[in-house]
Amino acid sequence: MLLLRQTQHQLTLFLRRPAAVFFVVAMPLIMFLVFVILFGNELIPETEITTAQFYAPALAVFGAVMACYTYLAISTATSRDQGVLKRIRGTPLKPAIYIWARILAVTVIAIAAALLVMVVGNLFFGVAFYPEKLPMALISLFLGCLSFAGLGMMVCAFCQTSDTVQAVTSATVLPLAFLSDVFIRPFRDVPVWVTWIADTFPLKHFSLAFGHAFRSDMGGSGFVWAGGEETYTALPRLAIMLAWGVAGAFIAAKLFKWDPKGEI
Amino acid sequence: MTPIRIQNLTKNYAGKPAVAGVSFEVQAGETYALLGPNGAGKTTTIEILEGYRRRDGGEVSVLGADPGVQGNGLRERIGIVLQTTALEPELTVEETVTNFRSFYPNPHSVGEVLELVDLGFASATRVKALSGGQQRRLEIGLGLIGNPDLVFLDEPTTGLDPDARRNIWNLVLELNAMGKTILLSSHYMDEVEALAHRLAVLVDGKIKAEGSPQSLRDQHGAYTEVRFYLGERPLPESFPPALRKIIHTERGWVIFEVPNPTPFLADLTNWSFKEQFELPHLSVTQPSLEEIYLNPTRGRRGAARNSKQAEI
Ligand SMILES: Nc1ncnc2c1ncn2[C@@H]1O[C@H](COP(=O)(O)OP(=O)(O)OP(=O)(O)O)[C@@H](O)[C@H]1O
Ligand SMILES: [Mg+2]
Repeated sequence: MLLLRQTQHQLTLFLRRPAAVFFVVAMPLIMFLVFVILFGNELIPETEITTAQFYAPALAVFGAVMACYTYLAISTATSRDQGVLKRIRGTPLKPAIYIWARILAVTVIAIAAALLVMVVGNLFFGVAFYPEKLPMALISLFLGCLSFAGLGMMVCAFCQTSDTVQAVTSATVLPLAFLSDVFIRPFRDVPVWVTWIADTFPLKHFSLAFGHAFRSDMGGSGFVWAGGEETYTALPRLAIMLAWGVAGAFIAAKLFKWDPKGEI
Repeated sequence: MTPIRIQNLTKNYAGKPAVAGVSFEVQAGETYALLGPNGAGKTTTIEILEGYRRRDGGEVSVLGADPGVQGNGLRERIGIVLQTTALEPELTVEETVTNFRSFYPNPHSVGEVLELVDLGFASATRVKALSGGQQRRLEIGLGLIGNPDLVFLDEPTTGLDPDARRNIWNLVLELNAMGKTILLSSHYMDEVEALAHRLAVLVDGKIKAEGSPQSLRDQHGAYTEVRFYLGERPLPESFPPALRKIIHTERGWVIFEVPNPTPFLADLTNWSFKEQFELPHLSVTQPSLEEIYLNPTRGRRGAARNSKQAEI
């Protein structure tokens, strides 16, 4: 009960921050529209999918990352700067409930932001859904949210102020988004080190675990550990992503301070 | 049971002592004040009691528990007002109090608390639109919503105008009338005199004096300061040598600090009357406790140390 109340509390706060709502919910949708209009909603060369079919899931993932990583880290650091975290820690509310409420709230926001792009894509740009792959798509989205929330808490724990958190989240998300099949359609002649970097970090695995569920040229339901280029293979990607998330959460739990100047 | 008991509390930051052997007790129903200048160790002491900081040495008991060990059981029974404001600006007053209310097993109603802190009229107002004094009252309300036995108020009035200060004083007096035990910190003696049954003067992490405001006055207010303004002029030759001996000057003021002002004033005014020498801005005051303890450049010992002896 307390957990739900606190989740709702965090959602109320989010809805009253117009800048946050814009960047997390509206931005991915706007970028989707810009890309589709800019590139034209045609078949991407050498593939069987349209621009919209690629960008809708990619930007849905981007929205989820903005909510669970960027917004979670910045808003938590801001609360810490405001002394709100310290004050909460002086009440009988259990710290774990408070943190989980923040994570659940950003997960709800992430799913809403992702859904918005997907539904607009479906209604206006012919983005197709494939029922046999939808369960894995939803699982990927949910696990992606939790993993990036773990990383968001880690960044928040590492940095002293919300300004630094802002810088660090931008400096990590934006470059990776270009390399991870989020902002740019996959193309062939990339240097191998770029692929190597992208494969190391979790964003590409998130975008493909979710994105491949919306490919007509990929078969299966995603619940497989290995497969060729023609198979929707989500499990190894989810494993890598979760490893990042768990590591982040672990470090966050070790380092996190409710009162930056104090000892708790 | 004694709500607060501290013995020989010590706390260092990077090897530098912030609290150096502080001991005091606060009785049930009492309002106890820590009076001291910036950096005296008031917040450090209070936050150790609240469980925010760990102590380096000494014994501490808050409502019978050790705040360094005990967690939620203790937090249900104490109310906290931190030195710096910690509110979510996007929420309304009522939402803020309702949220905090849900943390406690046995809380007051939101309406009761808003009425107590006199914010009923603002229940739908966003926190960011409140004045500084109203925000402070809201924070005191949050400290009370859980129906605590013991309330910590770290500088509840700093930065407020005289009206808002009065407001908070009345509120603290009301809390005391409700039977709450209160530990507050302050920079101002007038505040402590208005609110506290007892106080400790804390300077550089040590208690310099402790007792009721009246008893501290009796102990330490024993010197009366007499001063008048001379400017650049010298004192006349005829000035009584007995008085001249105890003079010191400060920016044109001639200052005497005397244990018994009546005969001294008789001598001074007698001379002035006889010689037709005016004593501009003549004043007779008792230094306040703040001047004695908190402001090293004023007060009896401080003045003697810091201004050069007159050579008139
Ligand atoms: N987190 C900290 N890290 C290092 N030093 C600290 C820390 N907190 C306090 N100090 C130092 O400890 C001493 C006591 O500080 P404290 O905040 O307890 O004083 P205070 O009496 O509350 O002062 P003020 O009236 O300014 O609030 C000061 O010298 C301060 O610089
Ligand atoms: Mg302080």
